[in-house]
Amino acid sequence: MHKEYLTVTNIVGPLVIVEKIVDVKYGELVEIASPGGQLRRGTVLDVSTERAVVQVFEGTTGLDIDKSSIRFLGGSQTLAVSEEIVGRIFDGSGNPKDGGPKIIAKKRRDINGSPINPQARDYPSEFIQTGISSIDGMNSLVRGQKLPIFSGSGLPHARIAAQIARQSKVLGKKEKFAVVFGAMGITFEEANFFIEDFRDTGALERSVIFLNLANEPPIERIATPRLALTCAEFLAFDLDMHVLVVLVDYTFYAEALREISAARKEIPGRRGYPGYLYTDLASMYERAGRIKDKPGSITYIPILTMPEDDKTHPIADLTGYITEGQIMLSRELHRKGIYPPIDVLPSLSRLKDKGIGEGKTREDHADVLNQLFACYASGKEARELALILGEAALSDMDKIYMEFAEKYEDKFVRQGEHESRSITDTLDIGWDLLRLVPKGELKRIRPEFLDKYYSIEK
Amino acid sequence: MKKGKIIRTAGPLVVASDCLGAKMYDMVKIGDIGLIGEIIELKEDRAFIQVYEDTTGIGPGEPVELTGKPLSVELGPGLISSVFDGIQRPLDVIKEKEGDFVKRGIEVPPLNREKKWDFKPFVKKGQKVEEGDFLGEVEETPLIKHRIMVPSGKNGTVSEIKKGEMLIEEVAAVIKNEENEHKIRLFQVWSIRKNRLVKKREMPEIPLVTGQRVLDTLFPLAKGGTACVPGPFGSGKTVVQHQLAKWSDAQIIVFVACGERGNEVADLLLSFPELKDPSTGRPLMERTVIIANTSNMPVAAREASIYTGMTIAEYFRDMGYSVALMADSSSRWAEALREISGRMEEMPGEEGYPAYLASRIAEFYERAGKVICLGSDNREGALSVIGAVSPPGGDLSDPVVQSTLKVVKVFWALDDKLANMRHFPAINWLNSYSLYAESIKDYWDKEIAEDFSEIRQEAMKLLEKESELQEIARLVGVESLSDQDRLVLESSKSIREDFLHQNAFHPQDTYTSLRNQYLMLRTIIHFHNSGLKALKEGINLENVLKSEIREKIAKMKFLEGKGDDPDVLDLFIEINNVFKELLKKKG
Ligand SMILES: Nc1ncnc2c1ncn2[C@@H]1O[C@H](COP(=O)(O)OP(=O)(O)OP(=O)(O)O)[C@@H](O)[C@H]1O
Ligand SMILES: [Mg+2]
Repeated sequence: MHKEYLTVTNIVGPLVIVEKIVDVKYGELVEIASPGGQLRRGTVLDVSTERAVVQVFEGTTGLDIDKSSIRFLGGSQTLAVSEEIVGRIFDGSGNPKDGGPKIIAKKRRDINGSPINPQARDYPSEFIQTGISSIDGMNSLVRGQKLPIFSGSGLPHARIAAQIARQSKVLGKKEKFAVVFGAMGITFEEANFFIEDFRDTGALERSVIFLNLANEPPIERIATPRLALTCAEFLAFDLDMHVLVVLVDYTFYAEALREISAARKEIPGRRGYPGYLYTDLASMYERAGRIKDKPGSITYIPILTMPEDDKTHPIADLTGYITEGQIMLSRELHRKGIYPPIDVLPSLSRLKDKGIGEGKTREDHADVLNQLFACYASGKEARELALILGEAALSDMDKIYMEFAEKYEDKFVRQGEHESRSITDTLDIGWDLLRLVPKGELKRIRPEFLDKYYSIEK
Repeated sequence: MKKGKIIRTAGPLVVASDCLGAKMYDMVKIGDIGLIGEIIELKEDRAFIQVYEDTTGIGPGEPVELTGKPLSVELGPGLISSVFDGIQRPLDVIKEKEGDFVKRGIEVPPLNREKKWDFKPFVKKGQKVEEGDFLGEVEETPLIKHRIMVPSGKNGTVSEIKKGEMLIEEVAAVIKNEENEHKIRLFQVWSIRKNRLVKKREMPEIPLVTGQRVLDTLFPLAKGGTACVPGPFGSGKTVVQHQLAKWSDAQIIVFVACGERGNEVADLLLSFPELKDPSTGRPLMERTVIIANTSNMPVAAREASIYTGMTIAEYFRDMGYSVALMADSSSRWAEALREISGRMEEMPGEEGYPAYLASRIAEFYERAGKVICLGSDNREGALSVIGAVSPPGGDLSDPVVQSTLKVVKVFWALDDKLANMRHFPAINWLNSYSLYAESIKDYWDKEIAEDFSEIRQEAMKLLEKESELQEIARLVGVESLSDQDRLVLESSKSIREDFLHQNAFHPQDTYTSLRNQYLMLRTIIHFHNSGLKALKEGINLENVLKSEIREKIAKMKFLEGKGDDPDVLDLFIEINNVFKELLKKKG
């Protein structure tokens, strides 16, 4: 039996401080019994000979100094995994929430995982067709990539993520695949939207869902994504599945981390977030990837809402520094009624280069996307110029580019929520648009492709 | 061995008591599983230790073993082609032992103990040698002769010298003097916190040719110089660093992936064995050492990783090689420093960074340089250092950027706007600078072409002028500019798109020799000057710009240029003909 301590001396925010302890370890899992007898869990954040600082996952509401009792359980938080986990719904601490039985553990995995040895990584290079032109054509996703969606409040990131989950496929392949969905602090309505969408398309049986909703304890959010990723690692690297992980919303996750940091009176970094936010996020994001000689993969789409649409806000900024690109949503396009409102210019997929081209998508893909970027950028610049000086001041070329930008948003970016375009269709739409521009201007395209594709009409 | 006792564990920081006698920066082994740590502060009998592995499960009462030795690296044959973590543990061996995930408490020697090397001695019995002298060499890879040197501080007469196959731990030579006898093995051990010594420092004045046009022609780095590449996420820091690792004409590359992505390391490991060194045709891996401490690996080891890399780089420099070290990203190193400092409750400076941030950065870059190495042959060696910096929000007022700019001589400013337009490398031609351009000028004009620096100057002037004219055009419209000015706009656009823009992923475009860079730029400038002349002769701008030559200029970079590119040379003559034709037509 583990020793029980009644020596709580302080309760600060989500933290409990226990004194007169013996043989406690850093990172150890803790069980806290409130005066009412209800059990909660926590973990040791700092331990010295006299005292331990314990972070309580479910929050400290209702705990007192007098009667609360603490037991140190040895070891850290784990998740029970087995094949049975697929198709199930859990709460943010990993307990079943769908009325089903507890998972009988085949294995127990530490939810913090271990870093993948860089030498064991296989470079992701398999193109995933999401059916969304502005992703496939311009910022292609590959298996094993971590590609976040940078959204803003009120923008349709949930619909886009659901569309990706619904439509994603690797060309010419049929393989075991699963979706792991984790909710951190989002509303019931948003979470339910995903679940219903999975249910409608039959994806629910292939999904594992972890839910920490807005009204549930914020500190639990620290564990939720780690549970989801531990589950994903099991599915991908033990059961050889291709796993798509969608976690929303990292903004709420970071706020929970800030709360703990403030309670520990740490020196705050930018906007009050702790200085180790980068490392903390990386310890999760880097769990995506592929491993040599293993068939499975983890493709990871974290979603965050940028406060005030500001991409230099620490959460977006640090995420961008860790992930392999980002899909940026634009309020301007959304206002124009364009779905999906993906702004391709600040969006980026860093792994696209090895996933596209001959034998993967099409030989001209890289050149076409570079050229589309360049033309759209010129078009947007011309549009701005027209706003300042009036359209009359534009050169003929500027006018062509401005028209290009309009058509690009309308024909290429805009598409239906249930429309899945093949990559060839996407590239052909691209060529249709490029034909608006004189051939001599298309400097990013190799001459042989210009000869081959520019003149033929679809 | 003396033992202390843990009294506190807080993430990567452990405090132990009973540590009297321990020295600063000594290595220690923590807890029952023996995690590796380093003493970073001493207070009375307490030692503050940064731990290079995850401390979960470590608690008060557990022992701390004081090794009495500083945290060090092993320097000897077997370094090249290796991938190490931040404290020089070979990741391939760890993978073999532990599987695909990195576990804790693994003890593996950095250099292979079982591999035999063919040692060729250079000295004879009875020969006098001093520190730094070559005793012999082993061929580490077909590209690299690994010289076995007399360790610094030692000298005497060779009393024994071996030859042939041997393990790195075997004694290759014995040196005697009045006081003592030194057994010299194929490898030596050196503390990562201590500079390796040199005889003399010199001024860098030969360019490190990278094949990247905007770097080599506009903002060159010298061999033995320092550069920094700051920029927001996704602006191209890593691609620049990878391009340098691939194409720069250094003989040895040390790449430190410090707190960045695992897949970027996988990318290097995948592509380097396949890419060929442009000058020798051998796989690039045969001249490369990689230190990989990715963002999810222990944060304290990230702090150590750049010193591990630097010490290895200095060691090869000491053999007389030209070495280039890339650190991607120095900001992650600084953040590790900040995290440990925060846990020790030190008084924070700017942005929470410790007050000693600036001096640490300066010390780091000062380890670069062109030098006369130890050794009686007075050989030259060079160590160039290129650091990426990742400021929050791309804001250059960040303390890491500012402290770095105070010491480095080359500033490659990455620009978010250019990156969004996919103008790569997104190096801003107006803000960037190189303080080596002056000293390299002689080399250019002697070795490449006598008017190299002149052409470069003209190009820079055009770009300056362009930004002024654009300002005016934004206010009053392009139409109101003179024909001359509009030609300036067209020519500088051509410099930007046809010369500065360079696609790292295009098989031909990815590398351009310095000579071809010159030819390309000369062609663009020649077109501009011929155009100006034609305008003066009364030919109108439309006719000048209509010329098909302009399309050919745009395609110069896709040519497969080895040596002087004949097509680019032809283009120069063609320009002359076209303008002659224009003048004739006008009559
Ligand atoms: N010279 C280049 N040619 C072609 N593409 C480039 C070039 N430089 C950068 N890119 C593109 O920009 C992307 C981002 O570049 P990179 O990964 O180097 O950014 P970074 O500055 O290192 O970002 P982070 O700070 O997040 O690591 C690349 O994946 C590539 O698509
Ligand atoms: Mg990078």
